[in-house]
Amino acid sequence: MIRLDEMDKKILNEIQLEFPLSVNPYAVLAERIGIPEEELLKRLERLNNQGAVRRVGPIINTRKIGGTSTLIALKAPDSQTHEIGEIINKHPEVSHNYLRPAEYNIWFTISAANRERLDTIIKQIVEETGCPILDLPTKRLFKIGVKFDVR
Amino acid sequence: MSDKLDPLSRRILEVTQHGIEFTHSPFKKIAEETGLREQEIVDRLKQMQNQGIIRRFGASIGHRTIGITANAMCIWNVPDERVEDVGKVMSGFSEVTHCYERPRYPDWPYNLFTMVHSYSKKDCEEIAGKIADATGIYDYRLLFSEHEFKKTGVRL
Repeated sequence: MIRLDEMDKKILNEIQLEFPLSVNPYAVLAERIGIPEEELLKRLERLNNQGAVRRVGPIINTRKIGGTSTLIALKAPDSQTHEIGEIINKHPEVSHNYLRPAEYNIWFTISAANRERLDTIIKQIVEETGCPILDLPTKRLFKIGVKFDVR
Repeated sequence: MSDKLDPLSRRILEVTQHGIEFTHSPFKKIAEETGLREQEIVDRLKQMQNQGIIRRFGASIGHRTIGITANAMCIWNVPDERVEDVGKVMSGFSEVTHCYERPRYPDWPYNLFTMVHSYSKKDCEEIAGKIADATGIYDYRLLFSEHEFKKTGVRL
């Protein structure tokens, strides 16, 4: 686990929401936080290298651009979970993929331009893995808002 | 009806979706590549944010790296007529980052899914307990992620 001092934590809390969309965003952020821009950039480099910050960029709303997505629950034999996880990973349209011990133990999301494409990918994955699945598309979205409270 | 993405907006999303640089002028290279001015790129990103095409522009935190290793998918069996009310109550918890209704199956009765992330499994269990008390829904389970195979986020 990465070591974080209080300034790192402050930065991590500050850059999730309310990121200033401007030509020199880190200058704006640095002033907001109260440190020199150079220090902010140096800390962000370290946080990025260590994996605490994955990236700064747009989180795209698939539905708004005409695409669609779904959550798949897959039942993999316990001895083959990693192998099957890797098979699923090979599909670029798979954005999240997790092992969750349960009857259905591999959970992943797929995003594609349309339902037909989604179904094709699902069919491929079922063929490639030989595993039963549950297709769990969103019936209703109540909330999506990722913000981690860094302590 | 969903918005169609014009070629320039698409291009801007394509080059920024993997992340912008940690430099004084992170849009400079993109400006050179696209032939736009930096301010134009920033304005276009703001516009897409207002339109909801971009949910959020900001940092994606590697939460596992910073110790948030308990990531629970809480699944709830909620009577259909209560889904709307319960969904709203669950969403009101700040610890809940995602809340979705999904279909049931014969061997899968859980129709509401909430994501709860914290520093320990005990934390997540406590939060789920609070949610259960607030909603009166006690048919639920916590599925913790033991391994992250992939997390890239949505890509064009």
